[in-house]
Amino acid sequence: MLLFDDPVFGSRMLTLLTLTFHIIFATLGVGVPLMIMIAQWVGIKRNDMHYIMLARRWARGFVVLVAVGVVTGTAIGLQLSLLWPEFMQLAGHVIALPLFMEVFAFFFEAIFLGIYLYTWDRFENQKKHLLLLVPVAIGAALSAFFITTVNGFMNSPDGFSIVDGQMTGVSPIEAMFNTASPTKVTHVIATAFMTSSFVLAAVAAFKLLCRSNHDYHKKALHLTMKVGLVFAVATAIVGDFSGKYLAEHQPEKLAAAEWHFETESEAPLVLYGILGEDNEPSYAIEIPYALSILAHNDPFAEVEGLNETPADEQPLLFVHYFFDTMITIGMFMIGLSLIYWFASWRGWSVASSKPMRWLIVAGGPLSILAIEAGWWMAEFGRQPWILRGVMTVDEAATQSAYVGHMFVAFAGLYFILGVGVVVVLTKIFKDNPVELELGEQVVIAHEL
Amino acid sequence: MSYEIIGMVVLWTFLFGYVIVASVDFGAGFFNAYSILTGKDRILTKIIQRYLSPVWEVTNVFLVFFFVGIVGFFPSTAYFYGSILLVPVSISIILLAIRGSYYAFENYGSRGHRGYAFMYGATGLVIPASFSVVLTVSEGGFVDIMDGRPQLDYWALFSSPLTWSIVILSIIAVLYISSVFLTWYANRAGDMEAAALLRRYALIWALPTIITASGIIYELRSHNPEHFGSLMNLWWMFAISFIFFVASVWLILKQKNYGLAFILLIGQFAFAFFAYGISKYPYLLYPHLTVSDSVTNDAMAISLIVAFVAGLLLLLPSLYLLMRLFLFDDQYIAGKK
Repeated sequence: MLLFDDPVFGSRMLTLLTLTFHIIFATLGVGVPLMIMIAQWVGIKRNDMHYIMLARRWARGFVVLVAVGVVTGTAIGLQLSLLWPEFMQLAGHVIALPLFMEVFAFFFEAIFLGIYLYTWDRFENQKKHLLLLVPVAIGAALSAFFITTVNGFMNSPDGFSIVDGQMTGVSPIEAMFNTASPTKVTHVIATAFMTSSFVLAAVAAFKLLCRSNHDYHKKALHLTMKVGLVFAVATAIVGDFSGKYLAEHQPEKLAAAEWHFETESEAPLVLYGILGEDNEPSYAIEIPYALSILAHNDPFAEVEGLNETPADEQPLLFVHYFFDTMITIGMFMIGLSLIYWFASWRGWSVASSKPMRWLIVAGGPLSILAIEAGWWMAEFGRQPWILRGVMTVDEAATQSAYVGHMFVAFAGLYFILGVGVVVVLTKIFKDNPVELELGEQVVIAHEL
Repeated sequence: MSYEIIGMVVLWTFLFGYVIVASVDFGAGFFNAYSILTGKDRILTKIIQRYLSPVWEVTNVFLVFFFVGIVGFFPSTAYFYGSILLVPVSISIILLAIRGSYYAFENYGSRGHRGYAFMYGATGLVIPASFSVVLTVSEGGFVDIMDGRPQLDYWALFSSPLTWSIVILSIIAVLYISSVFLTWYANRAGDMEAAALLRRYALIWALPTIITASGIIYELRSHNPEHFGSLMNLWWMFAISFIFFVASVWLILKQKNYGLAFILLIGQFAFAFFAYGISKYPYLLYPHLTVSDSVTNDAMAISLIVAFVAGLLLLLPSLYLLMRLFLFDDQYIAGKK
């Protein structure tokens, strides 16, 4: 089996596995603190127990997600060196700075999260307790920022030059703020906020469908859909910039994602379809001029085709489907949250109709899928490079004979963790339903 | 001071921090499981939970800090150790992942679940054992360079008495460090029953700690005479370490000032750990990789040091706050908050 015989393939698959699992928790880890903060802030401002309870219950689920995010993050951190030793040796020289700072950012976040969780009732003033969340949210966003610049560097290795096989002129700052970083970082952070909102919205909508017609869930749904809409729109805007970045600096990635082979002007955007033998897509949806607009903001602009890239440096063409999945889900979520927001603003009953709620429930997993598709597209779309133009994955991978075995072991681990998360989260919220908890709170409030 | 020395000192200090913090954590998990097994959980579980809950995540960050830092300051370590440690470190990661997440599952999901608690306790002893293998490998004799690529000789590693001495020391040290810390913590909480039990554990594990540690120095004499020689040059550091050890055991024995006893214990381990670290210099992986071969370029070294100082300025006040709220707040420790 290739997995056991070829360490390069094995390393790629194990990295794929770890990142695919980790990114779910990393994304929610970045986005959910902001949601908790907003809920608690609204709760304090409106003096509404429901929002405070929302923050409290989200935080309780959040720690479980953070735990898995921490341990899988440790796994990928070490696997980078274990699976890609040549790459990390080179990367250590140039891009170690943001990796190092990421640890600080996370450290900062972890400390304050610990304090926040165990001090719910230690502050007289709720606002002081809310303040503890600020470093948590900042730490989370900074972690995402730093780590994404490393990925940006892999796509756009700036900040050093190689003369006669020797590395010279290293500038860690330039490497960190490489050409790919601005669009990548904003895209990652915006989508983390968007996905977290829609995942929490899905939970609220699901609760409302399960007979519970509690105001608590309605408020949760309303809040998350609104925040989700804002970040979904932000994501679309950033996505447009990402398209322009790719067209200018990584044309082969955009071309592979778009099945755009010949350099031409007035290029259409191709969605889905099947690629024939002559590289002609059939059954595809074509949006005229759209690729030219995405790439250069001009319907008549010329877009570089994949044929300009040497055959052995072309990414695999199936990234097209990842790209399409990401775009489709993003657009769907903008539409859905816009309709929800508009309908509830106008007081139309469609906002609280069953089909609407089912669609919102579907939006949670779909948003996660969009994140996954985006990362698959980003990583497969960079092939054969691990560091674009400098080092290929073949050159970077370990030669160890045991990569396949480790793949099996880690697959087992992620399965155990995945099941554990589902079981524990269900238990936490089932054993302690919100009605019960709110009831207790109300009693306490009266006693005071 | 050259950048490589600064880098090494910083990283070694963080590794030491991890050894202490993680030992407390690992040992606490073990004592918790052991107390459930022997029906003493009524005495111990509460005090252990009280301490572990807010700090478990912080422990892990020390480790991440160390390995990210070493790749930054000494990128060649990523190549050498990355190439040879796939299997042992993967095992450690898996155990660490199970431990970390199942702690959270137990703590936030189903408190008192015996399966989780046992898993947590067992991994607490296996993880230090599996990580300690890295130190053994660094002593040399287990790595060959074939076609320019380092290869680990698994059989030589697992059949070496040095490997097993280090494994045993790591486990015993975990139990000792942890029981001394928890004795102090329980005492502060005013939980005399728990303090008495933990004090007994501390006294049980004190002597084995020193015996196994001396055993390793003895093993090194035949395994790596060069390293043994430089260890002997630092005999005075080990002597100080031993004096600290005697003083802290005496305090525990006399049931006096457990706080000072724990500080002395940190001193004991610090002197031994740094003496060991200094004596390894200049090798990162004997004899293939030295500190000066592998150090990063000046630009990166400077920026890492700047980032480190800035990071510390941010972290130290935060860590202080964490400790004040949970470690030095008597009312919290006693369970009144």
